[in-house]
Amino acid sequence: MLDIMKGIFNNKEDVSSKDVAKERLRLVLVHDRIGVSPEIIEEMKEEMIEVISKYLDIDNDRIDMDLERQDNSVALIANIPVRRLKKKR
Amino acid sequence: MAGKAYVITSGKGGVGKTTTTANLGTGLAKLGKRVVLIDADIGLRNLDVVLGLENRIVYDIVDVVEGNCRLEQALIKDKRYSSLCLLPAAQTRDKTSVNPEQMVELTDQLREEFDYIIIDCPAGIEQGFKNAIAGADEAVVVTTPEVSAVRDADRIIGMLEAEGVHDPQLIINRVRIDMINRGDMMDIEDMIEILAIKLLGIVPEDEKIVVSTNKGEPVVLLENTRSGEAFWNITRRIEGEEVPLIDLEEGLLNKIKRLVGLR
Repeated sequence: MLDIMKGIFNNKEDVSSKDVAKERLRLVLVHDRIGVSPEIIEEMKEEMIEVISKYLDIDNDRIDMDLERQDNSVALIANIPVRRLKKKR
Repeated sequence: MAGKAYVITSGKGGVGKTTTTANLGTGLAKLGKRVVLIDADIGLRNLDVVLGLENRIVYDIVDVVEGNCRLEQALIKDKRYSSLCLLPAAQTRDKTSVNPEQMVELTDQLREEFDYIIIDCPAGIEQGFKNAIAGADEAVVVTTPEVSAVRDADRIIGMLEAEGVHDPQLIINRVRIDMINRGDMMDIEDMIEILAIKLLGIVPEDEKIVVSTNKGEPVVLLENTRSGEAFWNITRRIEGEEVPLIDLEEGLLNKIKRLVGLR
């Protein structure tokens, strides 16, 4: 009985639209605040990885690099697993 | 004591800047304060109609700046409170008719005569916005619980900071508790956290706003209106009083749900 009533009163879909709004807003604000488009961030990531790879042997599959909001500012947070130092060329 | 200048701004249009300006101004006048409202939306004048003063305009802000009249001649006295005045925007000119230096000069002049100067900022981030914030000591950012309005509010908060107007406060307008309860509207805490800003107040969605605008009578003066009560609380907070947030009345359906133990 309770379930039926819940069904009547609760038309919630799996993810409520407020959570969708929050997530989209968070993302768009990160880019708004630094005034850079997602494409440019992607380009920068690739270049940085290229530079780091010159000196370190890194695990390309486990690189985690993204912009994050911290209070009222934006930080570039990168987690780059290093396998070993590359031998001197 | 010199008066304090507040700018009411938002970035996005249609979120309730003019309604907020009219209600806070009227509320502060009701508290016995000397208040002047400046309509900085040159070319799209509206604060006069919201206050019901549209038939009394002789001179406007551009006339003052250009020296066609004295400042006192352009100030229109409110119908209800003699301590409330409006400096109307020009309707047939554009935003470039006034510059930020002139706005600073104007607000400084008004500080001598009034306790509060409340500036109704136009939508957008161009010249009109820069003019409106030039003379302001404090800023109130108005938003609604929508992605577009909150995004614009964030941009405005950044620009205020860059222009030296620090620690703006937020009003969240047109809140619908039934939608929040359903999970279809961002809740207050989420918006505060995302914008990282101090909350000045929340105003529930209320059709009385439309009625009051129809009549040119700010809702803050009407007894038993939920939006009026919210604006009255905000007014008192501006005056430094500690007022708890309005209790967003739950809808009938939610009341039933709560009574049968589903929430």
